[in-house]
Amino acid sequence: MSDEPLLQAVALTLAYDERAVVRDLDLVVPRGLITAVVGANGCGKSTLLRALARLMRPRAGCVLLDGRSIAELSTREVAKRLGILPQSPLAPDGLAVEDLVARGRYPHQTLFRHWSPDDEAAVEAALAATQTTDLRRRPLDELSGGQRQRAWIAMTLAQQTEILLLDEPTTFLDLAHQIEVLDLLADLVADHGRTVVMVLHDVNQACRYADHVVAMRDGAIHAAGAPGDVVDAALVQDVFGLEARVIEDPTTGTPLCLPTGRRARHLQRSVS
Amino acid sequence: MRWRTFSLRVDVRVLVVLTTLAFATLVVFTLSVARGEFPIAPVDVLATLVGAGDHATNFIVLDLRLPRALTAVLAGGALGIAGAIFQDLARNPLVAPDVIGITSGASLAAITVIVFGDANGGLSVPLAALGGALVAGVVLYALAWRGGVQGYRLVLVGIGVAALLTAGINYVLTRGQVYEIAQAYVWLVGSLNGRGWEQVWPLTATLALLLPAGLVLGRQLEVLQLGDDVARALGVRVERARLALLAVAIVLTGVAVSAAGPIAFVAFIAPHIARRASATVSPSGVLPVAAASGALLVLGSDLAGRLLFAPTEIPVGIVTAIVAAPYFLYLLRRANRLGITG
Repeated sequence: MSDEPLLQAVALTLAYDERAVVRDLDLVVPRGLITAVVGANGCGKSTLLRALARLMRPRAGCVLLDGRSIAELSTREVAKRLGILPQSPLAPDGLAVEDLVARGRYPHQTLFRHWSPDDEAAVEAALAATQTTDLRRRPLDELSGGQRQRAWIAMTLAQQTEILLLDEPTTFLDLAHQIEVLDLLADLVADHGRTVVMVLHDVNQACRYADHVVAMRDGAIHAAGAPGDVVDAALVQDVFGLEARVIEDPTTGTPLCLPTGRRARHLQRSVS
Repeated sequence: MRWRTFSLRVDVRVLVVLTTLAFATLVVFTLSVARGEFPIAPVDVLATLVGAGDHATNFIVLDLRLPRALTAVLAGGALGIAGAIFQDLARNPLVAPDVIGITSGASLAAITVIVFGDANGGLSVPLAALGGALVAGVVLYALAWRGGVQGYRLVLVGIGVAALLTAGINYVLTRGQVYEIAQAYVWLVGSLNGRGWEQVWPLTATLALLLPAGLVLGRQLEVLQLGDDVARALGVRVERARLALLAVAIVLTGVAVSAAGPIAFVAFIAPHIARRASATVSPSGVLPVAAASGALLVLGSDLAGRLLFAPTEIPVGIVTAIVAAPYFLYLLRRANRLGITG
């Protein structure tokens, strides 16, 4: 192989205690693109993301970063290349936004060099990119859900990693803020060549924003590829156990999933 | 309101608070050495300190009041930092070494020596207290370990350990002779009466070693505040950092309690004072300010306890409790309103 994939999972098996959550999974994350992982609750998508970020040790198989096993890299080396935002991260009450964002610089600092112009520039850029500059002195716990999520994303951006993993970055946000966060991520990939992997609940948002969709079912990859090639009514049925029509998104031409549901069947009218 | 010189990333407010506390401590320290049953003019205190005192002031200042005041400052500072570390690690602002059994371990060992042992002076009681704190700390860590030590397990297991040790303390107290039990009670309240240089030196040595360690680890504590996953993602070796921080906090508690007894509320309240005064929750600001607040609290309480009802002396542990308990209740009210998570 001439070009090692940036991030890759090989025969990955992940388990909590004795319960296997992900079994024998192979995944290649395309460089410089957005990958969205979708699937029903409990299908192992968050667990996969944690393993990709070296937050849990695989029962079998491995994760490769540039062809090297991530388990053999130091925590700090990984932290310089790969950032992850968990689903509901913790912060102490009263922590100011800029203090949170500044912590993203930790992997770049040493015992004797605490705060360099690079650190400052990275923090300012992260605040600007997420439009949180005006909120910088506000305590995190006083912000709205959308503002808080943007502050956390700013923290991950300040880390300045090539790869960004996000676990449901749009949960708890209203629709406008969901789109804002997704647009921000799309800009990062388009303008800065970052590689993004995110777990998403909303298949339609995955289709719109992702270049590569990974659909998981029962701890395995059911299908993976460009949204237009992968997402159809059969996939939604298989992965979510849901009857749906999948049409072309009138704005973007990407697949648009319309769940049928009992109520819709009840209201159904004849469509030509 | 907060100002930051960003290039150095030094919180100006923290510096102002630290300077203020240092100045206040200096004033109280001077008063503490000057005032008492035999008042000495501050000028004479200074003269004595530079070696120009007469025989009487030499004895009172150098042998009695100076080591006592120094012990107060050092023990208070150690308790302040230890409390701040425990509260952050446990993610719970109501935690203190007294709550999770470290202090009880020290107490059980110390009063066992007082009641059953040969405790006539010497270092047997302080050494027992230090040992008791360390053993309690190791037991706590071992019992709380489950593929790592989560904050909430530390609290729950700690409360259990503390309950067991308290039962042990009560047992010992029912077994001794009246005179020894009276001595044990005085120790349990926390007192600086009669503390000399033999308390100051071990405290100084330990603090000289652990204060820098604590401040360096404070940077990792800062990242640990964001939860294990984020901390690991930012490059912190979480379990190793947590073990190091716990060890520092346990040893600081141990040496402080071994020198001054389990002074109530200081480790609990000093970090709260620090967070409010410096308007930050970052350990890089909170740890030094908590140390300074703890030092001033113990020093001031000891001075008040000596002077208020002179010649009767109130042990420092009682004064700190009287000072801190209302503040604790106020915090509880506030915590109920805001929720105490994080």
